[in-house]
Amino acid sequence: MINVSGVSKRFPNGTLALDGVATEIGKGDFVALLGPSGCGKSTLLRLIAGLERPSEGQITWEGGAPEPGEIGFVFQDSTLMPWASAAENVYLPLKLRRKSRAATAGDVQAALAQVGLADFAGSKPAALSGGMKMRVSIARALVSKPKLLLMDEPFGALDEFTRHRLQEDLRDLWRRSGTTIVFVTHSTYEAAYLATRVLVMSARPGRISTSIDCAIAEAADRRVAPDYIAMVKRLSDRLRQEFAA
Amino acid sequence: MPIIFGLAGIALWQAAVWEFQVPAYVLPGPIAIVQAYIGDYATLNAALLSTLTVTFAALLVSAALGVALALAMAASDLARAAIQPWAVILQVTPVVAIAPLIIIWVNQPFLALVVCATIVAFFPVLSSTAAGLAATPHDLLDLFRLNGATRLQTLILLRLPAALPFFLAGLRISGTLALVGAVVAEFVAGSGGFASGLAYRILEAGYRLQIPKMFAALVLLGMAGIAIYAALGLFSHLMLRRRDAA
Repeated sequence: MINVSGVSKRFPNGTLALDGVATEIGKGDFVALLGPSGCGKSTLLRLIAGLERPSEGQITWEGGAPEPGEIGFVFQDSTLMPWASAAENVYLPLKLRRKSRAATAGDVQAALAQVGLADFAGSKPAALSGGMKMRVSIARALVSKPKLLLMDEPFGALDEFTRHRLQEDLRDLWRRSGTTIVFVTHSTYEAAYLATRVLVMSARPGRISTSIDCAIAEAADRRVAPDYIAMVKRLSDRLRQEFAA
Repeated sequence: MPIIFGLAGIALWQAAVWEFQVPAYVLPGPIAIVQAYIGDYATLNAALLSTLTVTFAALLVSAALGVALALAMAASDLARAAIQPWAVILQVTPVVAIAPLIIIWVNQPFLALVVCATIVAFFPVLSSTAAGLAATPHDLLDLFRLNGATRLQTLILLRLPAALPFFLAGLRISGTLALVGAVVAEFVAGSGGFASGLAYRILEAGYRLQIPKMFAALVLLGMAGIAIYAALGLFSHLMLRRRDAA
């Protein structure tokens, strides 16, 4: 669906953040970009989103560049507008494209229901917990039914219990909807749990060092499944090699 | 609680004036001040109204000018470079020093007073609104871009609501400064100015050694300041509640 070829990014201050990154993102993939802080994974995500332009190389979309609203983006923080209710925050992407509130009220409610917040439409962000705010943020990204969902370490600031719940729900959501997801993380556990393919990145300049297919059989409790644990080990060994070198 | 302390202070003041038999032309007691007010309330109220008119006109101009300049500064670095130094120069120059010039330049006395008070008052609105506009969360700006928002949509749906609490905090400071500016300008203008504000009455009473009347005018000024501050606090509360009603 998206082809990334020979993409480099040099910032105005001279830092080479990405150097010759090439990969292919297929429709329905759940791709994890795995690497430590400062390896350029967030930059790559912003390039795919079109928020920044590559210094070299190209990012091409099958069927032409995406229209506004075809990319959903979830940031590290929930970045909700504090003055607006959950429903109003979720409605925002539609509002910006001049869709009427009345015609899309059902979509907004459905997006909130998808993340388990059907009863919190009227709540202000200040009244919601960290995990619930992140759920609203995900609903906001999903409301326009994007072709591609980009997530930049969305669960990094949450406590472990909440993080696990959200990972489980995100996986369910992805399986039901078939949305293509690119997910940035520095956690091998998170990458192995969520993704169908993990791109391990190396730092300074950022490159994709390995692409690992992450086919783990669906199990009742995935977190203790032997092939899950083996995958976590494989990913952390790979990362350790990368950063010992 | 503040009322109890205030009343206790007034009672102590009156007691001290009685006890030490302080003459009224040095320090009048609260009762003498109230008597002076009652004896002259028509003039004093008219003076208060005149000063408040200048204050509110200056506050309105400050708010409009401050927001307009802050928007220009947020929109372009060139505008920022052009506006900022002048805003700071106007802010650091004591209005007493430039008021005589302005009174010469601006022929119409009311307008001259408003210009002076605006110079004193507009800076807090400008600097806090500019800070608020600059503090718009970057991620939200990115989100607006991803959804193809126009500049106008970004301004109305994101930048302005995000800057609103900053603007209101600035406006509250500007409100009391506008009063200070109006009074200072009236002092400088003296009888050559509008010749009817509270400052003019204070000067006049001073020349005639009507010290209790002078104090009565001062008390009115203080109460006007408190009222403006409280009113703008209420206004902020209502505006934020309106913003948050969505």
